[in-house]
Amino acid sequence: MTTTIDPPERRETAADKLRQGRHAISERWHHAPRWVRWVLLVAVIAFFYALPNKEFYQYLGPIPTPGANFTQVMFTVSIYVLLAVGLNIVVGFAGLLDLGYFGFFAVGAYTVAVLTSPSSDVKTLWPWLLVVPIAIALTMVSGVMLGTPTLRLRGDYLALVTLGFAEMIRIAAVSSEFLKGQRGFNQIPHPPGEYADGRPWFGVLDARPYYWLVLTLIILVVIGVRNLTHSRVGRAWISIREDEDAAQLMGVPTFKFKLWAFASGAAIAGLAGALFAGKQNFVNSQNFELLNSIIILAAVIFGGSGNIVGAIVGGGLVAYMIERFRGIELFGVELYEYRFLFFGLVLVVMMIFRPQGLIPNRRRAAEFKDRRKEVIVGE
Amino acid sequence: MLLEIEDVSLLYGRIQALHGISLTVDEGEIVALIGANGAGKSTTMRAISGIRPVASGTIKFAGEDITKLRADLRVRRGLCQAPEGRGIFPGMSVLENLDMGAYTRRDKAGIAQDLARVLDLFPRLAERRKQAGGTLSGGEQQMLAVGRALMSRPKLLLLDEPSMGLAPMLIQQIFTIITEINQQGTTILLVEQNAQQALARAHRAYVLETGRIVKSGTGTDLLHDPSVKEAYLGVA
Repeated sequence: MTTTIDPPERRETAADKLRQGRHAISERWHHAPRWVRWVLLVAVIAFFYALPNKEFYQYLGPIPTPGANFTQVMFTVSIYVLLAVGLNIVVGFAGLLDLGYFGFFAVGAYTVAVLTSPSSDVKTLWPWLLVVPIAIALTMVSGVMLGTPTLRLRGDYLALVTLGFAEMIRIAAVSSEFLKGQRGFNQIPHPPGEYADGRPWFGVLDARPYYWLVLTLIILVVIGVRNLTHSRVGRAWISIREDEDAAQLMGVPTFKFKLWAFASGAAIAGLAGALFAGKQNFVNSQNFELLNSIIILAAVIFGGSGNIVGAIVGGGLVAYMIERFRGIELFGVELYEYRFLFFGLVLVVMMIFRPQGLIPNRRRAAEFKDRRKEVIVGE
Repeated sequence: MLLEIEDVSLLYGRIQALHGISLTVDEGEIVALIGANGAGKSTTMRAISGIRPVASGTIKFAGEDITKLRADLRVRRGLCQAPEGRGIFPGMSVLENLDMGAYTRRDKAGIAQDLARVLDLFPRLAERRKQAGGTLSGGEQQMLAVGRALMSRPKLLLLDEPSMGLAPMLIQQIFTIITEINQQGTTILLVEQNAQQALARAHRAYVLETGRIVKSGTGTDLLHDPSVKEAYLGVA
């Protein structure tokens, strides 16, 4: 009973060869001895820890950004990576379309701002570290509040409601007296810690410590998310994404798990917002444009929805590419002005040639095929 | 009575899909629900499994009123449906799909035992255990859906069109397996367009027309009923 039927032979195309090439890389990775994988992983992580040091990145040729402080750019990129990892739980694993993810980021940042800044009306002036867990908890609560009425519904409602949520937060930030609009909150405290000589770890000029902090948290979050996806929770999420009715028919409490995915994604965005506020020292309504939500969603899809590595690569590449355009002139035109045009072009090209993303999830790729078949059958 | 449905009506928006349906399934039976396309067969199944809320009427399972119970909790009570057509998880392998069937259970030994039993019932699935569900043929997907439902060790197995889109050879095979599952002690409620096979295998059957039950009786009675013959068996 172990015979298998070979698939019918057909001529190889260039695309097939490419696919096989990539397949070979992933095969080699999966079949490599454990220690080889560990060494590679440690090397990659070490590379990213070293990256913001000028002594290191000046030898990296075109990688540093010409028009902006590369260390600052790396901090922005790291925040986007963290956001992409979080949104990937919602969109990639549970298959829920969240168009207002940046709204949770704003909730996190504003929680920190309101509770720590001297310009806030409540004047609590709490230290940053104390407020971080509060910010995470509050974003989670806002996720649950938003999710409870909408996640019972199917399909596009959630996308619309989340879109509305992000706009509500933004407009509240712009016009509410309590949230200070454009004037914003200043003197938000930095994370704690100081060197032996009394200089703080987290200062104003050097972005590196913040980047390292975010990088470390990304690693911790990724480990956590990985463990979750390999558990019953992860299986439930994947089953909901693949076929919600079938998941329910197998006894998966779909609403509960959708809410969980939504809340955990929100919590990660809240953490990112708190980190951002602690670094920036200043938060105002201009930090939270709707476009940011779209960029993160695009990053997750670009990288390969449903795959943690894909989300990391997508978030990193997208945030980096946008910054990379700064300071480049072509025929007297500053390319940075047209960054979203290029961004859009890249996305369109991607969706035509590789709709499943750069590094797709194996399952997700199979689902894509299945859906295409369904469309053809349905016609 | 294992399952008792009384006067159940169901609406899709403003369209009434079921008009006061009543039916019963006794322990150990195979009960068939036959009818034409759009008669409300699958809708009845959805009402029983809890995917669709009913507008009025009651559904009782093993004596308990489950009319308002959530679908996933009904599975825990021992009521499991193999959904119609492509209701498998396309990105999961055959084994992962079967594993999802046992989602509500935690008894490892029992699950392993049932897995062996399912793979024994469906040797094709054993051959393809590592393959993604979406890459299976229609017949194999159907078997996977039935096998997956069995993995929850249901008291009542709901089968929605298990023979749909299958070659005649496979139809025979799947009905043989259905009888076998029943003889091993699982009660079955079966929805079918293939009335011939369904009536021949079922202890009792109901005929559904535009959301109403118009006839009921033993499988053999209905098989020989002139009006059923004319409408569903293609015999004048």
